[in-house]
Amino acid sequence: MTKHRFSQHALSDWMKDTGPESEIVISSRVRVARNLRHLPFPLLATNQQSKDVMDQLTEVSQSGKLQSIGSFETIVLSDLSELDRRVLVEKHLISPNLANDSRCGAVILSDNESVSIMINEEDHLRIQCLYPGFQIQEAWALASGIDDIFEEFADYAFDEKRGYLTTCPTNVGTGIRASVMMHLPALVLTSQINRILSAVTQVGLAVRGLYGEGSEALGNLFQVSNQITLGQSENEIIENLYGVARQIIEHEKAARKRLMHDSRLRTEDRVKRSYGILAHAQIMDSKESAQRLSDVRLGADLGILPDVTPQMLNELLVMTQPGFLQQTFDEKMSPDQRDFRRAELIRNQLRVEKGHGGA
Amino acid sequence: MFCQECGQKPATLHFTKIVNGEKTEFHICESCAREKGEGIPGAPNSFSIHSLLSGLLDFEQLGGSGIVGIKQPTLQCAECGLTYTQFSKIGRFGCSSCYQAFESKLDPLLKRVHSSTVHSGKIPKRSGGQIQCKREIEQLRRDLQDKIDQEEFESAAQLRDRIRELERKISDM
Repeated sequence: MTKHRFSQHALSDWMKDTGPESEIVISSRVRVARNLRHLPFPLLATNQQSKDVMDQLTEVSQSGKLQSIGSFETIVLSDLSELDRRVLVEKHLISPNLANDSRCGAVILSDNESVSIMINEEDHLRIQCLYPGFQIQEAWALASGIDDIFEEFADYAFDEKRGYLTTCPTNVGTGIRASVMMHLPALVLTSQINRILSAVTQVGLAVRGLYGEGSEALGNLFQVSNQITLGQSENEIIENLYGVARQIIEHEKAARKRLMHDSRLRTEDRVKRSYGILAHAQIMDSKESAQRLSDVRLGADLGILPDVTPQMLNELLVMTQPGFLQQTFDEKMSPDQRDFRRAELIRNQLRVEKGHGGA
Repeated sequence: MFCQECGQKPATLHFTKIVNGEKTEFHICESCAREKGEGIPGAPNSFSIHSLLSGLLDFEQLGGSGIVGIKQPTLQCAECGLTYTQFSKIGRFGCSSCYQAFESKLDPLLKRVHSSTVHSGKIPKRSGGQIQCKREIEQLRRDLQDKIDQEEFESAAQLRDRIRELERKISDM
């Protein structure tokens, strides 16, 4: 079995750069949904129609226009193993929906994995751009540029009154979903998070935990995104999200300062205790590892653990996911075996890092 | 409390099932919940945005149609065959023509989801030239009124000329 490039590295190239505010904002993402005018949406399309959609859209990817942005590879989902598909989901390059339920699904992936263009997901075309740190405007600019390239070749389903027509009425209009992924440990520790998040939902934004299910946020990672896609322009949507995220960043910074001022010893203990456990534990489930890695990340940001880099933590976040673990060790595992392997992998990473740090 | 299924991990999912008045309590861990799958409310993937939406749509049918008991003819999309009843169950459109077919029912739904019913964002460059012009004209008319209110007649005249130019452009398209 040939391994794809994307499944060999947990850390996408785009994640290796650090963006603005990268101590708090892990990444910024914009996703644009589009459909072709004369074909039924993927839900009701026949196999032949889905294939037509795939052929039409992948043809655009081979045109010189898209290649001028970077080098792209088209991957047909049915050519991948189940594990490879899972890895793509864990790296946020495709949606679970595209991995599991699509017919004639494909993804056009840029070299550095910052652009992934999904075909035959819930909509015919979904353009997704990921940037490190707080760069939501940049992500929109790139997504919009790619949208323009596709529009030159494809007849979009667009209505003067309703805008870009989508399968789900929650996406109609602009079809954009913009989101920032934030690490907010200090707001959680100081019990301010619920107050802030409920305020956020009142201004038309949604918050959900990352990797966690429902409202639970594993590893204190929260994704804030726009809910409304109709009636506001893309710039209004982006600016609204930017403004609110900016305020959350300031609150988190203030809470971190307060933590170090009011309970320095307690915070240091928490961070180093978690580091110690990660460095020595033999069994580590995904929930605990997410929480411990969050503590360690906070410690790295506050200068308590100078040897630990954010890149390594971003990498571990993906590497410790079930699919990637199985990919790394090249075996199918039960949840118990995964917890054992996860602990092993984290121990090794921390040891390697320490070695590089010259300690 | 430990998971009642595997007895090894702490129970993180707690729920009560009531069937015919008989109450059963469950306390299980995440891994077991995932394995048991869909039968459990609140378990991964059992609750989607679409089921939430279809709740809104049902509400709309019950409350919005007025007199109870009179059956209205069902709307159907001529292009893909999706009926409004099906749409309200799955919360998704079948094709772009569905928006036209269900037009009469969409405003309340879109208002509830987006607090708005009309697009004001990006327009496709190639196919949307005319729409772009129309929208620019609307904006210019608003500006024009402002200038007139402020008695800035010179800039008002410029705006008027620009509007005429765009109107000519549309009629040529």
